[in-house]
Amino acid sequence: MKEPCTPPSASSSRSRASWQRRAQSWSCRRGAEVGSRSRGRMGTVCVPVYPGLQPQLGLTPLPQTEHSWHQALGTQRSIPRDGVLQGGHMPRWAPSLWALSTPSLTAHILPPSPGHPAHLAPPDTSAFAWLEPGQGEQHPGDSTTLRILASMPSRTIGECRLPSCPPPGATLARATPGWELSHLLQACPAVPAAAHPSVLLPPAGRSRGAIISQYYNRTARLRRRRSRPSLQQLSRTARPSLRQYDLESDPARATLQDKRSLLAKELLSLSPSQRSHMLLSLPLCLAEKRALWRELDEQRSPLGLRPHPTASPSPCGWCKDYITLGCRHLWYRLLALLPAAQPWHYALKQISGRFGSSVLSYFLFLKTLLMFNVFSLLILLVFVVALQAAYPPAKANQQPFAGFELLTGAGYFTHSLLYYGYYSNITLNDPSASSLSGSVAPSAPPRLPYNMPLAYLFTVGVSFFATCILLVYSMYRSFGESYRVGSSAGDLAIKVFCAWDFKVVQRRSVKLQCENICTQLKELLAERRSRSCPLSLCQRLGRVAVLLLAWVLSLGTVLGCVVAVHYLLEHMHVVQQEHRALAGSTWQREGILLVLPLTVSLLNTLMSHLYNLLAICERQDSPAVEVYVAICRNLLLKMLVLGLLCYHWLSRRVVCSDEECWETCVGQDLYRFMVMDFVFILLDTIFGELVFRLISEKRLKRKQRPEFDIARNVLELIYGQTLTWLGVLFAPLLPAVQVLKLLLLFYIKKTSLMQNCQAPSKPWQASRMSTVFITLLCFPSFLGAAVFISYIIWSVKPSETCGPFQGLETIYKSVNVWAKLMEKSSPNITWLTWIQQYLVENTFFLFFVSGVLLAMTYCHIQVVKGQRRIICLLKEQIANEGEDKIFLIEKLHSIYQQKEERA
Amino acid sequence: MGNKQTIFTPEQLDAYQVQNKLNGLFYRYRDLAPQLVPLDYTDKPDVTLPYELIGSMPELKDNPFRQRIAEVFSEDGDGNMTLDDFLDMFSVLSEMAPRDLKAYYAFKIYDFNNDDYICKSDLEKTVNKLTRNELTPEEVRLVCEKVIYEADLDNDGKLSLEDFQHMIIRAPDFLSTFHIRI
Repeated sequence: MKEPCTPPSASSSRSRASWQRRAQSWSCRRGAEVGSRSRGRMGTVCVPVYPGLQPQLGLTPLPQTEHSWHQALGTQRSIPRDGVLQGGHMPRWAPSLWALSTPSLTAHILPPSPGHPAHLAPPDTSAFAWLEPGQGEQHPGDSTTLRILASMPSRTIGECRLPSCPPPGATLARATPGWELSHLLQACPAVPAAAHPSVLLPPAGRSRGAIISQYYNRTARLRRRRSRPSLQQLSRTARPSLRQYDLESDPARATLQDKRSLLAKELLSLSPSQRSHMLLSLPLCLAEKRALWRELDEQRSPLGLRPHPTASPSPCGWCKDYITLGCRHLWYRLLALLPAAQPWHYALKQISGRFGSSVLSYFLFLKTLLMFNVFSLLILLVFVVALQAAYPPAKANQQPFAGFELLTGAGYFTHSLLYYGYYSNITLNDPSASSLSGSVAPSAPPRLPYNMPLAYLFTVGVSFFATCILLVYSMYRSFGESYRVGSSAGDLAIKVFCAWDFKVVQRRSVKLQCENICTQLKELLAERRSRSCPLSLCQRLGRVAVLLLAWVLSLGTVLGCVVAVHYLLEHMHVVQQEHRALAGSTWQREGILLVLPLTVSLLNTLMSHLYNLLAICERQDSPAVEVYVAICRNLLLKMLVLGLLCYHWLSRRVVCSDEECWETCVGQDLYRFMVMDFVFILLDTIFGELVFRLISEKRLKRKQRPEFDIARNVLELIYGQTLTWLGVLFAPLLPAVQVLKLLLLFYIKKTSLMQNCQAPSKPWQASRMSTVFITLLCFPSFLGAAVFISYIIWSVKPSETCGPFQGLETIYKSVNVWAKLMEKSSPNITWLTWIQQYLVENTFFLFFVSGVLLAMTYCHIQVVKGQRRIICLLKEQIANEGEDKIFLIEKLHSIYQQKEERA
Repeated sequence: MGNKQTIFTPEQLDAYQVQNKLNGLFYRYRDLAPQLVPLDYTDKPDVTLPYELIGSMPELKDNPFRQRIAEVFSEDGDGNMTLDDFLDMFSVLSEMAPRDLKAYYAFKIYDFNNDDYICKSDLEKTVNKLTRNELTPEEVRLVCEKVIYEADLDNDGKLSLEDFQHMIIRAPDFLSTFHIRI
């Protein structure tokens, strides 16, 4: 390292504090010098960082790293390996170094002697007599030294990193006179017989005693400072260094057993769920965890005696034990059944074994959608469909089932539970069957009147609301997982350590994964090299031109598609009216109905392939950008077309016969769109994957198979889901259709994948992409559908002659009517009317609530921003302190060398 | 199904975190060597399966890190596993294990020489295993340097557990990739 500024002369007679200050400022200046590295800005900020951050984050003053300490010495691991802090191995100046780094503790060893250079010199022999060889581990100076050592916050935690840490494979027979090992020696007899004998041989130098005490001390220390934090409130950054706490709270060198009981005591203070979570996250082996459980059980029963089934004296206690035991058995039986209840477990394992996490994310998304639909289907089924089926309307279904209805959704289905028009507007279990709008009050109202219109409205509302909550929750979860505060680009490290997909088991896929990682690493390396040499002007212009052309083309096609669909809608309108006038055959009429969905699905499929072609021409640098661009274009097309259709439906230009509700017709339209979408997905799977593979294998004799296009497939799922949500109000059984479709899709896609596809060659950030997908599902898809439905409920006039809301101004009016009825019938629930009047009707409340939500969001964003800044500062601080330490060590080294020369 | 309860005592069951997969895992373990593993585990028999059997499981067979995984999770450090170790391994590799726990064991897996640091030689081994020795030594060296440069926060030239955990937080895919479906 180049040293531009001369370090301060340490032999000067300045006080220790000023010395430190200088060292700091010196390292700051040096930080500015190192600015060519990424941590360059620290030169400007490092000075204010120190005072501000330490109290805030509970950092110990001047954290120093033990490794850099070794590094500076060039001794690397020789010191810790060889065991204890013994003379000969320990540099003689070491204690003064600690003294320097921990001013508060210096007094223990070094009497402050300002004005005298000797405060930096090695103190008299008695002060570090413990350093001399031959001294046993029990030397009185031992604990002080360890204390000082410990107060150098090592960034290595969770293990005994003390100099006495037993080397790997150390046996007890070697018995290095070390601190932690002596610990173990003491602890060994206390280990219960059930524990494995190898408890005496901690694997890889990590003793479980250390781990236990680390977790125990996580609370014990902090309790002194604050009132009583739970084990879990401790964030990672504030996690203490193990050894420090171990030393402070275990002066008597507790045995392993003691530590275990201490930890058990800590765990007992937590709530049961927290406790089991804590136990889950302890990096201990099962035998140890079992011992902990036993300890917990013992401590829970006050006398320390576990009630033995045989020893319990009273029959009551015996009975209780028996029941507890029985319950437990039952619980474990249920748990054993759980894997059977997880659908597609084996299928998902198969997929992930061959194709890895990326393709798996598609199927998991499909599963999520399926859950959403099953959920809303259940609600609708129970509260609307089943009850309506139990009280069928008088009008019978005349049309026979022909089979073609499955495609068109018309004909036989028109007057069935599938559509809005079938549902009645009466109180179902009321014999007089008075309509809601009819002013005739029922003479003898049933005990629990079931008002169909209200049930219809509320069930749809509740299913939407619940879906919204589920969606937001899953979005929050996946955002939490994939976007973390303070994340920055560390591509290569992440690639090396996290790229391997442990799920992949098939030999060919493993090989492919190796190749993928290899190419990715090469690409990353090449990217780093090429970052310095930018493209020439000509190349750049060419690229910009290509990009521009591609975007113009894609936007143009989107616009063209929308215009085409618009004209088709107009045309079909005219044609349908003509046909109705002519009264042609039903086949012909229903065939015409299919033209529109067919066109839209065809456009969707063709355009997505066109965009894939465009992407090939564009040659984007990163595959992630490519995927985002493809998603953007496809989504734009689909949403614009859907928006146009919604506008069309709202403007009530659906051609319907007089006896049918327009709502039913919209429902039928949506049904057709869904079915057509499914048909086209099937065709696409067959032609895009099966035929492609056959041609490429049989004709071209190439080994290459098509890849599974995750982005396109997921967008198709989102599109289908949007259709379902749009149609829930018009066709309450549409979720059932969607469930069926998703089930079929799962098996078809899986079969096609297994038969035709190869593992993806592009890197794919599965979790980030699934976040994007769930966001897309929430934002344009769900929100759009919700707005559409709300608009219809609040301001569109429902059909006059059929459906649950006939004769009302708007659908929402049914709530008003009902509220008035309630008020009249039972005056003691006026609060319901009040809520309806002041909280729902009054816009102020809504504005207020949304205002509060916005303010909360803003606050959270600000907090995250602040955290990000703190993280940056802390990183700089760590880097600075590492360099401080190196400098200090170098300085001390030179001083001692001088001293030795003089001596 | 009938002898399900007799495999473990309830007290034993309490300690396991993968309770719902426990029976499945036990039978997987037993299938590796039916003649060695008794059906009844209530009296805590001392049975250890050698690494050769563990490593031949389809879930591990082609994994380049299979030996390391077995070594890390076995008590003796040689890859020979008792039932406890086996359950331990698959509970850490299941989706229920928290991120910190996974990171801890991943660190141990990548720490080939067991010195509690991931140093250059560990990294080289990791990279070579990941790429099946396809990269040239020069490229491997470059990758290792960059990785250490990126992830090493305190400039000591090697990665400690803390460095590793810090890096893992930023890797959203780690939870889904460090997971073996059983």
